[in-house]
Amino acid sequence: MTTEVGSETEVKKDSEQLGPDKAKDKPEEASETPGDQKSREASPGEAQDSSVPAPTSQSSPSSQKKEKSSPESKGISRFLPPWLKKQKSYTLAEPKDEPKKRATGEEQVVEESESQAQPRKSLEEAAENQENAKADDKEKHSISSAEIQPSKEDGKETEVEEVAEKKEEKQEEKENRETKEVQTAEIKIDNVPQKSPKKIKTVQCKVMLLDGTEYSCDLEKRAKGQVLFDKVCEHLNLLEKDYFGLLFYENSEQKNWLDSSKEIKRQIRSLPWIFTFNVKFYPPDPSQLTEDITRYFLCLQLRQDIASGRLPCSFVTHALLGSYTLQAELGDHDPEEHRSDYISEFQFAPNQTQEMEEKVAELHKTHRGLTPAQADSQFLENAKRLSMYGVDLHHAKDSEGVDIMLGVCANGLLIYKDRLRINRFAWPKILKISYKRSNFYIKVRPAELEQFESTIGFKLPNHRAAKRLWKVCVEHHTFFRLVSPEQPPKAKFLTLGSKFRYSGRTQAQTRQASNLIDRPAPYFERTSSKRVSRSLDGAPMGVSDQSLLRDFSAAGGRAAGDKIIDLEATGQDKLKEGGREEDESPLKTPQLELTQDGKISSLRVDGENIYVRHSNLMLEDLDKTQDDLLKHQASISELKRNFMESTPEPRPNEWEKRRITPLSLQTQGSSHETLDIVEEKKQAEFGIEETLVVDETNKGKMQVATDAGETCKVEHVSKKDSSSLPSDSSSSSSSSESEDEEVGEYLPHHRAIEEVIREEQEEEEDMKRKEHEENTQRVEAIPEGSKLNVPVEHTQVTAEDLVQENTVTVAAEEKNLSEQIKQDLGEEKEEEQLKLNGDVSHVDIDVAPQLICCSEPPVVKTEMVTISDATQRTEISTKEIPIVQTETKTITYESSQLDGNAGGDTGVLVSAQTITSESISTTTTTHITKMVKGGVSETRIEKRIVITGDADIDHDEALAQAIKEAKEQHPDMSVTRVVVHKETELAEEDED
Amino acid sequence: MAGLSGGLAAFGRCTHAVVRALPESLCRQALRSTAGPEVDFARAEREYQLYVGVLRGKLGLQVLELPADESLPDCVFVEDVAVVCEETALLTRPGAPSRRKEVEAMKRVLESLNLNIVEMVDENATLDGGDVLFTGREFFVGLSKRTNQRGAEILADTFKDYAVSTVPVHDSLHLKSFCSMAGPNLIAIGSSEAAQKALKTMQQMSDHRYDKLTVPDDAAANCVYLNIPSKGHVLLHRAPEEYPESAKVFEKLKDHMLIPIANTELEKVDGSLTCCSVLINKASEL
Repeated sequence: MTTEVGSETEVKKDSEQLGPDKAKDKPEEASETPGDQKSREASPGEAQDSSVPAPTSQSSPSSQKKEKSSPESKGISRFLPPWLKKQKSYTLAEPKDEPKKRATGEEQVVEESESQAQPRKSLEEAAENQENAKADDKEKHSISSAEIQPSKEDGKETEVEEVAEKKEEKQEEKENRETKEVQTAEIKIDNVPQKSPKKIKTVQCKVMLLDGTEYSCDLEKRAKGQVLFDKVCEHLNLLEKDYFGLLFYENSEQKNWLDSSKEIKRQIRSLPWIFTFNVKFYPPDPSQLTEDITRYFLCLQLRQDIASGRLPCSFVTHALLGSYTLQAELGDHDPEEHRSDYISEFQFAPNQTQEMEEKVAELHKTHRGLTPAQADSQFLENAKRLSMYGVDLHHAKDSEGVDIMLGVCANGLLIYKDRLRINRFAWPKILKISYKRSNFYIKVRPAELEQFESTIGFKLPNHRAAKRLWKVCVEHHTFFRLVSPEQPPKAKFLTLGSKFRYSGRTQAQTRQASNLIDRPAPYFERTSSKRVSRSLDGAPMGVSDQSLLRDFSAAGGRAAGDKIIDLEATGQDKLKEGGREEDESPLKTPQLELTQDGKISSLRVDGENIYVRHSNLMLEDLDKTQDDLLKHQASISELKRNFMESTPEPRPNEWEKRRITPLSLQTQGSSHETLDIVEEKKQAEFGIEETLVVDETNKGKMQVATDAGETCKVEHVSKKDSSSLPSDSSSSSSSSESEDEEVGEYLPHHRAIEEVIREEQEEEEDMKRKEHEENTQRVEAIPEGSKLNVPVEHTQVTAEDLVQENTVTVAAEEKNLSEQIKQDLGEEKEEEQLKLNGDVSHVDIDVAPQLICCSEPPVVKTEMVTISDATQRTEISTKEIPIVQTETKTITYESSQLDGNAGGDTGVLVSAQTITSESISTTTTTHITKMVKGGVSETRIEKRIVITGDADIDHDEALAQAIKEAKEQHPDMSVTRVVVHKETELAEEDED
Repeated sequence: MAGLSGGLAAFGRCTHAVVRALPESLCRQALRSTAGPEVDFARAEREYQLYVGVLRGKLGLQVLELPADESLPDCVFVEDVAVVCEETALLTRPGAPSRRKEVEAMKRVLESLNLNIVEMVDENATLDGGDVLFTGREFFVGLSKRTNQRGAEILADTFKDYAVSTVPVHDSLHLKSFCSMAGPNLIAIGSSEAAQKALKTMQQMSDHRYDKLTVPDDAAANCVYLNIPSKGHVLLHRAPEEYPESAKVFEKLKDHMLIPIANTELEKVDGSLTCCSVLINKASEL
């Protein structure tokens, strides 16, 4: 298993790096790269120079930038890497790897990725001959690393190789960086540093920072958002960066968050490369932030919010917050220095009056003795209580055309009419969020005494606004509600159509990561809000002259560096978040050395970045948290534990081949990046025919089933969303809520639809009954060494296992490729980190798709409110009791009622989707199939979770959590089968 | 400054109370939602005196008593004409036109306390303080016959720090006709369908989780909570003679100093315990 996994992950990684590039860029790159490379090569000192001469001469910042950017630039990275040798090594390794992989029967995906990689390599080789010497060095490094890795990796050959490659790359990067100035961010993103500047087309980029200053840099034209974001955070010396994001404005009103997982160019289109660094997720409790510098940036953001009027507060609060601002920025009130008008230079409120300033001054005097950090903390303690704190408002109209505001916040969705809150939908109450055209819909869990879910629609000004709101909702839900990153934020709110998912860390994760931050409090200078006050709106400042930007690339880079050095002499260490530290260090070396030496050395020893450490820690923490969460789910976990205990022997699991998370050590520090889900692939044809058809679940039924079901957890009963299915009858139904009357103003839709819904529901109920019978739940646990594969199927109608597997695999192949690729990056990093730390086991969970949905865009027809269904709750009956074998255990739970029809009835496959997400230790593959049988639509979600880890990891808990998550994500669905396959890996690499 | 920093710890803190004497015109001219027995003025006054006596004598508040105005039969219900939160006071525009002049006297007394005064001048707005429930974290405003959306908006503009959620009120005069705060995080709620429905609405609208104290009688759910430094949690609630079952519920509040107060006469004209005072906390600031 591990080997496979590794290969997969590798592939994924490659694919991610390459994949996106491939998909998007490759074609372009293929054509462009040569030219670019040439041009760049021609351009003095940038790309190539940097790569080759850089070590000694440290190429100009631009070169570094190029390198950075290049790596980021997708497929190019391999090509670009001047490290021909590396490439060579890759090529050598890859071919080997491929055969191995194939031999093992690993996924095609891998092969594809490899194949892709190879061509790239060839290109790279062709292009890169220059850096032989370096390459050699790199190769050496790579080799060494490779060797090491394999041992660590337990013989996942392919993975190892890939890892080695990565490592090599990394090493190379490091070397380059050392000599050259490298930006960590890029490295992180692209695992493979592209050292050859050749192809890199750079674009000048401006970022407006919270303190009112500008940050400029050159970015590779195809750089992803993450590259820029990491650069900015590095510049700011900010580690707790998950709360922040980059904005770009389509106009003064419409702000968009730059998606870090996508190319910048594709997001901003023709807009100027000007961004605004802002707080994206306002932490509900700022006191839990680890570093003062993070709080400081949050304060700056809030001061902007307040002064601009976005965050309304009372006179008294304005004065109080203003007084803390003065204390933080000016220190104790000094009667001599702070005369009458010193306050006027600050802006505390949109409409600042003399009276307010006097009040501010009066209060300022009372804060004597507070340090800047304390004053900031007090500021935040008060600001966080403001009702509009962290609420992202969007203009909309309700169903009746009344102007309202939709506010997205940590807890859910708030509906405002004028200043009044007229409704609120907490995240737990929202079953689905979708948009179609300019309409935005939320599907709400039925209230007490209500039987049916309801869908509420809002009219946004335009399609883009609707999508923007939807994305913000998805991100906020994921960030604040989900514990683990990988969790399929995606799955929860699947809207058909958009692939978008939040790819960053969740708040829980970032907190855990933050706990690991181990650096002296970075020094930073608090800038006066005087400056800030001028540019409050957060709107992009004017576009600076391009000439400036250009200059920047050349001289600017250094200038910036110099500045950094001055300020950061102490703090640069900080910058090195992801191991890019190394990169920076070279530049700054003289100054930095003092501080960095210790840290760097340690880091290097570990071969990891700070992030890496975090990741490890994070895993641990997560497990704990999960444990807490999972307490309820004891039954399943117990079963798992039994298995675990019984089977101490490690064996490689082959179970899932899809995604193997390679454990490459050092490589990338950052991590988290990415959970990419590819939803849209329509693989309907795969032969999923067998899948079941279940429409909507009846809660009542569900409950009944649960009683019987042994595993409560599994049984949670998920409600299927029939509504999501485009094709079926269910789509148009809507339910009415009792509350409608109260809230009625905006929910008029419900009523209209109600009738329809009821009818449908009845039908659904019948269907559900049938389904129950059909549902089979299996839990198969096969103890494999460290990896647990837990396929959890939510399908109401349970198809045959075989079928499911087939579908999964099939779908997986194509989709997986892309997905895996994306995921690979993240996984690899994570895994690597884990390995590095050593002890920590990697937990790879592949969650097979949970999905929901339809290939088509969100649910409803324009104004139709669809309410699909009732909830069916199926129980999971344990047909088979887990067999405990030393080595392999398989436990299958099947629902008491199997779908007799499953095999016989062949419905019409409406759609099939496979979504794969990977987190550090888990890989989740979700396969969603929609079938229409006899007018009844069935949505079946198969989720496969692969958890890979050392013995240290509590697989049981991980599994339990995975199941729980699956349930939570799809409350409408019923779990028909749970299969736990556990394999214990032997120290040896070979698979079982 | 108190500002938001007060938080829940300061909820119910109170140093001053504004009350207003009963006019004799109340007996016959006070607005009432349902016809019924006439108010026994003498008894009403005794009950009122007891109420004021508790605030002043037992709890040590500085009670500012406005004189009765015979032309304003409802003037005893001072709660409806002012909403005071921290240092800001919103003078309302009562939904009943006959009561609009009650605001004038209130304005004077609040000004004497150096509160930030906000007046509701919009002629389209109406707001009765009886429809305003402040929980310490947020406001709920009942949309009733006396209070409209515009009035609620002005309240939201006045107290910008807090979320202001609207709650439809259909079957009773005011939102607080069937609920009130009985503690820092405790909502006393009546058992009627309307009351329970309103509570559900409030629960849905709030980011916070409130505890609830359900009492059998809606009228008894209106109680006065105070946090007096020397006495801790203090709760003025309806007397057992009036609502014995509800009183039993209150008696289960072990941490509260319970003070039963009869309000039989004013109840005839829709008066409740909170109606008869405006509580102000001046000490916390300076």
